[in-house]
Formats: sequence, C-alpha cells, structure tokens
Amino acid sequence: MLVRFWGTRGSLPAPINHKTVRAKLREALLLARGRSLDTPETVDAFIDRELPFSVAGTFGGNSSCVQIDAGTNEFVVCDLGSGVRDFGHYVLAKHKPPQGLRFNFFMSHFHWDHIMGFPFFAPAYVPGNVIRIHGCHSIMHEAMVRQQSAPCFPVDFERLGATIEFVPLEPGRVYEVAGVSVRPMKQFHSGDSYGYRFTKDGKSIVYSTDSEHKFETVNDSYPFVEFFRNADLVIFDAMYSLAEAISVKEDWGHSSNIVAVELTQLARAKRLALFHHEPAFDDKMIETVFAETVRFEEISRDGHRVEVISAYDGLEIVI
Amino acid sequence: MEIGETRRGQILVLTPVGRIDNETSPAFQAKLLGAVGTNGATVLLDMSKVDYLSSVGLRALMVASKQAKAVNGRMAVAGLHPMVKEIFAISRFNYVIQVFDGVDDAVAAWS
Repeated sequence: MLVRFWGTRGSLPAPINHKTVRAKLREALLLARGRSLDTPETVDAFIDRELPFSVAGTFGGNSSCVQIDAGTNEFVVCDLGSGVRDFGHYVLAKHKPPQGLRFNFFMSHFHWDHIMGFPFFAPAYVPGNVIRIHGCHSIMHEAMVRQQSAPCFPVDFERLGATIEFVPLEPGRVYEVAGVSVRPMKQFHSGDSYGYRFTKDGKSIVYSTDSEHKFETVNDSYPFVEFFRNADLVIFDAMYSLAEAISVKEDWGHSSNIVAVELTQLARAKRLALFHHEPAFDDKMIETVFAETVRFEEISRDGHRVEVISAYDGLEIVI
Repeated sequence: MEIGETRRGQILVLTPVGRIDNETSPAFQAKLLGAVGTNGATVLLDMSKVDYLSSVGLRALMVASKQAKAVNGRMAVAGLHPMVKEIFAISRFNYVIQVFDGVDDAVAAWS
C-alpha cells in the first residue's frame, strides 16, 4: 500500500505568506555562502541534503485528507479537508476522461476542517463518478448538505453531478471496501470521532485523528493499544503538547506527541506519523516538535523502536 | 514507591526515588495530593532521584499542581535529572510547573 498525505494541518488551513517565503529564501542563501553551487546538480544536492526541511520545504497548510492507495481500481481516502481539492486535481490529471471513477471516503467526523474541501473536489461535479462517504455518524448527509447550502456556497449538494451515497458503519465491525479491510473505532472528541484501521495483505495503516486520550494509566488493556497493535503506520493527532492537552486544552479532543509515542511503543507499531499540526505553528516549530518527538521516542524506548515521521502535505509512504 | 519526606521551614520536601510510570504513579499521586492538602501547603518535589517520568507521572504532577492552585498552595519541582529535564521541556511542563535547579534554590526563592 501507499499512503499519500494531501492535508496534514489541524483545525484550519494555514497557508504561508510572502514574509515566510522571504525568510526561507534568506536563510537558504545565508547557508549557501561560501559554497560552490555553480551547477543545477550541486544546487539540487544542497537543497535536498543540507537545508533543513523547514527551509527547503513546508509541512503545508491543507486540512485533513489522506489517501490509502491499495493498488485497486477504487480510491480510498480519509476525510474531506481542504487537501481533497489537490487530490481531486491529481485524479483528474491522471484519468482522462475523468468519468466512471469510484471514491470511498472514510470520515473521522464532520467538523468543518474535515469536510471543507468537498465543495472544491472537482470529480464530484462529473456525472458518472460514484462517491461513497463512509462513516459512523448519523448526520453524514445533513452535514454535507448544510455546508453547501445558501448563503454559504453557490452550488447545492444535491446539484453535484456525481452519484453520492452515504454508507453507515458501526465501530468495532470489520468491513471489506475496495479490496481493503476496514475497522472503525470510536474516539473521544466533541460530537465523537472515529479512527480507522485499514488492512491489506497483512499490512495495516491506522488513521486516528481528532482523538483525545484521557487515561490515568496506560497498558496493554487500553483499547487504543489493541487498535494500533503491530500497525505498519499509525497516523496520530499530535496537535498539542502534553501540558496543553491536560490543562488549558483538556477536553478539546486532541492529543500530544508524548502520548503518541507511548501508545505506539506499547502497541509495537512500526511507524508513527505526527498529524493534525497546530495551525499556529510555523514550519520551524513543527520541525522542532518532530525532533523532540524523535528524542522522546529514544529515551522512552523499551526494546521496540518506533520510527517517527512528521507528516506533510505531499508526503508519500510506501507500506 | 519510596518517597522521602523532610521539612525546610514551611516547605514540605518530598523526594521520590526511581521511575514514575504506570507502576508507581498511583502511589506518587496519592502521596502528592495528600501533601498538597486543602490548606495552602507549600510542597517542593526534590526530583534528583527520579530518572524517568512517563506521561502518567506527568499527569499526576498536573493534578497536584491544579489542586495546589485551587487551595492557594504552592508546588514546584527541583533537581531534575537531565533526562527528566528533557521530558519536561518536550512536554512543555516547564511552562506550567515551576522548576528550580536545586532544593536550596527553591528554599531561597520561597523564604
């Protein structure tokens, strides 16, 4: 399987502005002083190997959208945040004519940042495409219709060209969708949210965002340890620091990098992708949190190493 | 869990020993909450003998810190082992719980 991150930002899209671009350019040029960068190859090597990611790139600003590419002829995608707009354009560029396509979206929940991309998902306007929105909330249809109702958007949901179906799921049950086995899990978040464990050919990917963990002790019997057990990749809401998550932002429905590491270590997961980045953080801050999380994984490790990744828009991970 | 207890004037100094994790945190939290009490006590945790602190241990500190504030008491930590100091920084607990270099520094500051 292949995982493509189309949107990794939490709560609200967070585009960078001209000042940020200028600061990155300035830092890159300062770091380039005294170097021989007189061919395109040496420039590429300098950018790719020597500049920090926060200078050479960006974690991106789109809200939650993650594609699980299982190599089948139907698309499997988690959430409809603003990243789904880029996903839609990617699909249209690859499929000409862009008709007869089948999409399966798995919804963590229907807060705005997880649905806001759908009105801009171009394949939804193409007759002949089929879009199945899977989720455990009873208000799936209502939430999507409301978002596209006047005066908030000019095109009503019911006028979209594609055939759109809603598929209710129950947490704990296993479903076979598009050649992939999927198990939803209820999570603690305002109005509830749901994580999903996707399994195919013995490989598992867990998508677990907008999920607060309120345990006072954590051990093998904690349900999320079982949910993450031996997963090849756990995509985890690490929006806040632990101090924030259990004090001023307690009950806000999000978690921390510390808990992410502890749970994935206990579950013997292979990789952890930090996800749902705080929109107030710039690239340097997200990079700092990433480095700290790698360090925490080292010092808390009990025999099993979890590889820590900080997800960014455009990242692809082969599982 | 072994937790030493001494007095420095009005300050109650608790000295836990070892790791504060799933195993030891309940006893640690109970001792800490008892020390913070309901009458505005001043409690200092001498952490010089603690070599690891998990999220569960940090939660216990947060619970006690909230209680201390609620009863107009004071609670701080001192003498953090380098690794525990890192955990404090990574979890941002250094922004919500007062950290002194050593017990003497806390005593001087609170005298």
